Amino acid sequence: MGLNEKPLSTLHEKSSYNLDDFEVPTGREEQWRFTPLSRLKGLHNGTAAASGHVIVDVDAAPEVTVETVGRDDARVGKAYVPADRVSAQAYNSFEKATVITVPREVVTSKETVITLTGSGDGAAYGHIVIKVEPMAEAIVVLDHKGSAVYADNVEFVVGDGARLKVVSLQDWAADAVHVSHHHAQLAKDATFSSFVVTLGGDLVRLSPSVSYTGPGGDADMSGVYFVDAKQHLEHRLLVDHSEPNCKSNVDYRGALQGEEAHAVWIGDVIIRVAAEGTDTYELNRNLILTDGARADSVPNLEILTGEVAGAGHASTSGRLDDEHLFYLQARGIPFDEARRLVIRGFLGQLIEKIEVESIRERVMSAVEAELAR
Amino acid sequence: MSTLEIRDLKVAVEDKEILRGVNLTVKSGETHAIMGPNGSGKSTLAYAIAGHPKYTITGGQVLLDGVDLLELTVDERARAGLFLAMQYPVEVPGVSVSNFLRSAVTAIRGEAPKLREFAKDLKGGMDALAIDAAFAQRNLNEGFSGGEKKRHEILQLELLKPKIAVLDETDSGLDVDALRVVSEGINRFRESGETGVLLITHYTRILRYVKPDFVHVFAAGKIVEEGGPELADKLEAEGYEAYTKAAV
Ligand SMILES: Nc1ncnc2c1ncn2[C@@H]1O[C@H](COP(=O)(O)OP(=O)(O)O)[C@@H](O)[C@H]1O
Ligand SMILES: [Mg+2]
Repeated sequence: MGLNEKPLSTLHEKSSYNLDDFEVPTGREEQWRFTPLSRLKGLHNGTAAASGHVIVDVDAAPEVTVETVGRDDARVGKAYVPADRVSAQAYNSFEKATVITVPREVVTSKETVITLTGSGDGAAYGHIVIKVEPMAEAIVVLDHKGSAVYADNVEFVVGDGARLKVVSLQDWAADAVHVSHHHAQLAKDATFSSFVVTLGGDLVRLSPSVSYTGPGGDADMSGVYFVDAKQHLEHRLLVDHSEPNCKSNVDYRGALQGEEAHAVWIGDVIIRVAAEGTDTYELNRNLILTDGARADSVPNLEILTGEVAGAGHASTSGRLDDEHLFYLQARGIPFDEARRLVIRGFLGQLIEKIEVESIRERVMSAVEAELAR
Repeated sequence: MSTLEIRDLKVAVEDKEILRGVNLTVKSGETHAIMGPNGSGKSTLAYAIAGHPKYTITGGQVLLDGVDLLELTVDERARAGLFLAMQYPVEVPGVSVSNFLRSAVTAIRGEAPKLREFAKDLKGGMDALAIDAAFAQRNLNEGFSGGEKKRHEILQLELLKPKIAVLDETDSGLDVDALRVVSEGINRFRESGETGVLLITHYTRILRYVKPDFVHVFAAGKIVEEGGPELADKLEAEGYEAYTKAAV
């Protein structure tokens, strides 16, 4: 159970729409101990008034409907109940939610791109619901940029036999603060894949979670991050297997360089009593490129059933391998280029999984830009 | 015309002295075989010349055409014309063979090869070594069999055309067919007469395909006997026992 004193399942049992159900974090809580609260600009303690803006712009596939709805819309908050203080703050503070619906059995002809642009003028709160009806298929891109202090919740509701692929880019300006929950709820035989790319921002804390409402669900969650000096990039994954015969696979990889570059990865997987036949694996790998950078990586697996198909986790954090560099240099490739080849290879193996070519290329060139620093 | 001159080379690994004064000169047009029992320091010699960070030079010089290689970084040595085919080629995840080879050729030649020309050279080289075309897209050495790794080392040798090639047990672990293919590659490389080869091996088998001009017996970190090809025949018949006993 590692550093946690309590079982995972109890750590994750608290969720509520009501802000008052969550104490203001002090930093001593298991959920908050890695996050520098002083850099949250008040998102965690109620002092961040919603005086700023993050503009939501949707370039949608023609087959989907896009709606901007009020707080009382019945579809909001259906799949996800806030699981921590900032999430509850966001849930209680957003003004309008964006609801995107992919109708039953529709296969979208192109990706739907949601661009969220911070205007740098104070805190903002948001809510997005992406509903993929039974047997439908869609690709959704969330593209975060600009300067913002932003807390939001995103619900992915994936219907029976539906398929949803999500790419979420956190390409924020250097001063941005972003705390976000991405929750996917998978119905029977639903397939969900998420690809998270976090590069920009002063502090990004993204918590992707998955729950299942029927058997046969399959979640694949990948992430790539590149942490520079003074950045805090935190990813907290939770996969809650409560239904039989579902799968989950988590693979997050990051590179860190510079003084006080800090990556945090928490990978929690719970396999509950009813979740027989679960097949799950989670992996986090960090490449520490310089002194002064730090990666905290904590995989946690709690298995409450005797009948799993597979369950494993691994976490590695280390330097570039001297043998790799030697081999490349022994073929005349200069050190800096050899280093870039290896890092590009390490992250590129994951980035290759992004199916939308334009996004894949953008992510690759963003990584190139990081490597050129 | 190139010359690799190893002068009284002494090398330690983790404070343990391994090479105890090696002297050897390899000129272009010549093939030298270094033969010795396991653990005698053959790979240490190869790695030390190439500049592997684990090996500490405690004395001596290695000159390539008068330039002291020991003063150069690993990649500078390669660009100066040195090549090391490794006994255990390293697997590098995420770096494709074609990308790696293009980077290496670009670095060695000092300019990027024309794409079409490179594709042709690569295909020709792979065909000659019976390497499946699909290898170009695979990750460097990852999941390659022992024989595939060795053929891939020789492919690099042929593409990079160094002045001096050090081949560390390129023959070990190969079946007869693969040994012949690899030997033919080495012979193509030698053909021009403008390159020198230092062929490190444990067995005499490869020397039937790649004929050496000189044979050096290596034991306990130094050369203990030298001669022509006939010395290999003697080793074949008698083994290393006489040398290992004498060296200790
Ligand atoms: N990287 C290393 N770390 C520790 N010891 C080593 C290392 N490389 C070689 N040695 C030691 O040096 C000696 C010579 O090894 P090596 O050069 O590999 O011999 P050979 O190639 O002739 O079999 C051996 O005793 C071996 O254990
Ligand atoms: Mg050896």
